[in-house]
Amino acid sequence: MSETAEATQEVAVEPKEPLFSTKNKRLLSDPLNDDNPITIQVLGICSALAITVQVKPSFVMAVSVLFVMIGANLIVSWMRNLIPSRVRIIVQLVIVAALVILVDQFLKAFLYDVSKQLSVFVGLIITNCIIMGRLEAFALGNKAWPSFLDAIGNAAGYGWILIAVAVVREFFGSGKLWGFQLIPQSFYDFGYADNGLMILPPMALITVGIIIWVQRSRNTKLIEEN
Amino acid sequence: MDVNKNGYIFAFSAILVIVVGAALAFTAESLKPMQKENVRLEKMQNILATVKIESTPEEAKEKFDKYIVEQKLLNSEGVVTDFPNLTAFDIDAVKEYKTMAAEDRHYPLFVFEDGGERKYIVPLAGKGLWGPIWGYVAFNGDMNTVYGSTFDHKTETPGLGAEISETWFQERFIGKTIFNESGEFVSVDVVKGGTDVEGQDHLVDGISGGTITSKGVGEMMERTLNVYVPYFKGNLKAAL
Repeated sequence: MSETAEATQEVAVEPKEPLFSTKNKRLLSDPLNDDNPITIQVLGICSALAITVQVKPSFVMAVSVLFVMIGANLIVSWMRNLIPSRVRIIVQLVIVAALVILVDQFLKAFLYDVSKQLSVFVGLIITNCIIMGRLEAFALGNKAWPSFLDAIGNAAGYGWILIAVAVVREFFGSGKLWGFQLIPQSFYDFGYADNGLMILPPMALITVGIIIWVQRSRNTKLIEEN
Repeated sequence: MDVNKNGYIFAFSAILVIVVGAALAFTAESLKPMQKENVRLEKMQNILATVKIESTPEEAKEKFDKYIVEQKLLNSEGVVTDFPNLTAFDIDAVKEYKTMAAEDRHYPLFVFEDGGERKYIVPLAGKGLWGPIWGYVAFNGDMNTVYGSTFDHKTETPGLGAEISETWFQERFIGKTIFNESGEFVSVDVVKGGTDVEGQDHLVDGISGGTITSKGVGEMMERTLNVYVPYFKGNLKAAL
């Protein structure tokens, strides 16, 4: 798993800055495209490979990550002046792990079906680099409100890539979306076959690669000068 | 305050761990009854689904009490035995499969009755590619023909091995028989995906790409049902 250590971003927040100032809006919109955690920062690739075989688990995963990110970003941001910098990583880890276990326990008690669908992947949210990455790069140096927006932005940026990859893989891999058969039986009778490779992890990497390619060719800001 | 002094770091870590630990312990303990109930209801739903009785978690208990008329426990020799303080429903087949020797395990049998017709439901436990798999298989009154089956898994690959929990796979077992013409136990085996099993009474087509999980299903059926053979045979003789 490649992890780019990112320099702590300081967002200067004016005392009476409006809640949705341009800067704050960019916290929400940047991760969707220009600064996407998966396609630009190449974080959280593990889970993008593991659970994007079908759309439904990807969606629930995206929602769970959203919850954990908001919680972790808020808590770390509130505690940022109390956390000793020498043990900050382990403190972040404890907070993220605690939140993930909470999600898991609540799913098991109240949304048993969903919890079964996600099985081990809920626990794997702990290892999602995006969460630790945002805590380290953003929440530690910013107030609660921008951290909250940053969490939503990044979780959404992660989520839409996840779902996009899952749509491609489920559609071409099993002819379904969200579990519903979309490719009619008559196609199969004519000799159409699902692409078995789509179900395997390498195709997730290739799909993400194609998304990165399309994104870079369309977004001139991302083209590096040589 | 200097947050990087050793004393502060120790105090901070200790407080953090105590707070987080207490919060998690509290949540886990207070949610435990609900989680346990969910597991019990799901088990009832699964047992009922094997005999094609659909139920929501809310109505599972009522339907279970109505249709399951008898619960028996067999020992490893296939003899109905009384175990004090144990009912068939309490037996966790997966746990016993993992922790107990084959001859110490308990073998539950659920008897379903609807309109005078009886079906016999047997719980199964085994292992797939990544972790445990389990399920139930129901037999007709002849104790030979599969009436229905449900399978589930903990961590099989989504889209591949995990498909054993889908109806299209489970339906392939319906109508298969576990005894051959001369009355010997042959079980129902699962073969590599894509094999032609047309007209084969004891073979089921596996899942392409999920061969190890499919084989695991076949293995757990063969091993578990083998224990029930004396009971099934004895029961059939008594009926004749």
